[in-house]
Amino acid sequence: MSENPNNWPLWEIFIQSKRGLDHKHCGSLHAADAEMAIENARDVYTRRQEGSSIWVVKSEHIHASRPEDAESFFDPADDKVYRHPTFYTMPEGAKYI
Amino acid sequence: MSNALFQYTLRLADDLLILNHRLSEWCGHGPILEEDIALTNRALDHLGEARNLFTYAGQVEGKNRSEDDLAYLRMERQFTNVKLMEQPNGDYAHTMARSFLFDAYHLPLMQALTKSTDAQLAAIAGKSVKEATYHLRASSEWMIRFGDGTEKSHQRAQAALDNLWTFTGELFENDPVLEEMTKAGIAPDMAAVKAAWSKTVDEVLAEATLKRPADGFMATGGRKGLHSEHMGFILAEMQHVTRAYPGAEW
Amino acid sequence: MTDVKNLEEIFQSKIDAEQKIEPKDWMPDAYRKNLVRQISQHAHSEVVGMLPEGNWITRAPSLRRKAILLAKVQDEAGHGLYLYSAVETMGTSREQTIDDLLSGKAKYSSIFNYPTLTWADIGAIGWLVDGAAIMNQVMLCRTSYGPYARAMVRICKEESFHQRQGYEIMAVLAKGTPEQKEMAQDALNRWWWPSLMMFGPTDANSPHSAQSMKWKIKRQSNDELRQTFIDRTVQQAEVIGLSIPDPDLKWNEETKHYDWGTIDWTEFNNVVAGNGPCNKERLAARNKAHAEGAWVREAAVAYAAKKAKRKAA
Repeated sequence: MSENPNNWPLWEIFIQSKRGLDHKHCGSLHAADAEMAIENARDVYTRRQEGSSIWVVKSEHIHASRPEDAESFFDPADDKVYRHPTFYTMPEGAKYI
Repeated sequence: MSNALFQYTLRLADDLLILNHRLSEWCGHGPILEEDIALTNRALDHLGEARNLFTYAGQVEGKNRSEDDLAYLRMERQFTNVKLMEQPNGDYAHTMARSFLFDAYHLPLMQALTKSTDAQLAAIAGKSVKEATYHLRASSEWMIRFGDGTEKSHQRAQAALDNLWTFTGELFENDPVLEEMTKAGIAPDMAAVKAAWSKTVDEVLAEATLKRPADGFMATGGRKGLHSEHMGFILAEMQHVTRAYPGAEW
Repeated sequence: MTDVKNLEEIFQSKIDAEQKIEPKDWMPDAYRKNLVRQISQHAHSEVVGMLPEGNWITRAPSLRRKAILLAKVQDEAGHGLYLYSAVETMGTSREQTIDDLLSGKAKYSSIFNYPTLTWADIGAIGWLVDGAAIMNQVMLCRTSYGPYARAMVRICKEESFHQRQGYEIMAVLAKGTPEQKEMAQDALNRWWWPSLMMFGPTDANSPHSAQSMKWKIKRQSNDELRQTFIDRTVQQAEVIGLSIPDPDLKWNEETKHYDWGTIDWTEFNNVVAGNGPCNKERLAARNKAHAEGAWVREAAVAYAAKKAKRKAA
């Protein structure tokens, strides 16, 4: 991409909808700097009270795993059923466990 | 007393309605989508505050006039907004400078009004303070970006300030209505509001490397319903549908 | 190396299994191109669509209507923005996309080349144009490309008030003064057929449709969506006492659908070709805004650079 240097860079926006919850990716937008990105995110992504906190990250700073690695990354977790609580048989009558 | 309160509430509303009209002209034509959205938020906030004030003004007057009666069925000479609000948008620096000069006045005014002896005005101001804080922050940042951005933007911002400065005197003008309201503790001490305005303007312009224009001749008349020629066109546009169908519901 | 044929098979099997395609996944060039074209057209439509309605903000006949219209037109800007962002995930910058609009190369929905002549047009646009758009958009919430589907979910959530506010305007006008009712009927007469055209050519004449269905970019055909829209809207018009300007419109007990007349495709093709009532004005307005905003965008970049430099020093 031959980018015009006068274009505002792209930012990824993460919004926390309620205190205590995690920040969730909700989209992107353009802004000249971080402060402007936060303010634009406020105007673009929280017009309907969707937010209580905003994170912005320049899109170029996001690194992602590669789709072709998906099998080797994620499939090995398939057979580790013992990581899940339902794997275990509890003696009948035991409480609070 | 109730007449002065009516007049006072109405002028607060008129300022916001006319500024909303000007900002609305930008909708769909902003310099970039993000800014289009931001400017419309600002316009919506002004409109919301104006509606609360019109509704209250109608109650104070006691003649059963609704927010729409007050917005759509008064003529030029009955509007009492300051002339600053009716000034054409010009370029984006001019629009932002107009909003900045207003925001720097509006925020301390609303902060002070939260302590008004009039409970209803205090409540409306309480809600507005939050919005006004954000408006001033955003318009200050734009003044700084323009002033300290490129040579071109600097020139445009300075030209806008030079052009608009003559309209800032009216924001703090005293008259019998204001005097009565101040005495009653309904309107705040405007000298303090002006001091806050002046301080903000100095700080922001200094950071923006812009020059504060000298106080020369100050335009006047808006509060008495003596407007610029722009006003008639604004109202013609705003009111024509409503007036063409008297008594109709929308 | 996996060969392209194999990659295509994997790709199609993901789609068949209702898995979303994400930006970094391998995808056929034609899929990417098709999507970039469709999403950017959609984005342009949102942004150009601000103009005919934005027109009436300063003239809205009550403060309540003014606030609603401002919020609605602002939403369209937001929707354009979400969609441009979705295009950017495919490696096409917003600048490139917008340049294609400004040069006249890219298309947008022809409906926005019709003028808004009276206040009732604002009602008709909300009711019919947004109503037609939402049929398409609800379907697109399940489209195969992840970022597009996610943008559509957000858009549909926000759009839900758009059609209702338009219908409400029409309902109020229809039970208002005789002049108001006439205004509403006139707007319905002018917007009805262009709204039906929004669903695009008939299935028989839709060149991209079959492939788009296979790739699950589209999930329902133009004709299916159009018919559902007609069935719903006729009933809504009845409720408020307006009549649909189609003498051939008639309930068909057998198909359980309305039979209806024929679209004037010559008009449609003309507007698409640039000869609609407002094509030139719309493009001129977008070009003007973009050109006049250039120094604003530049100033912000220049200031950001200065600030970053000072911070680093």
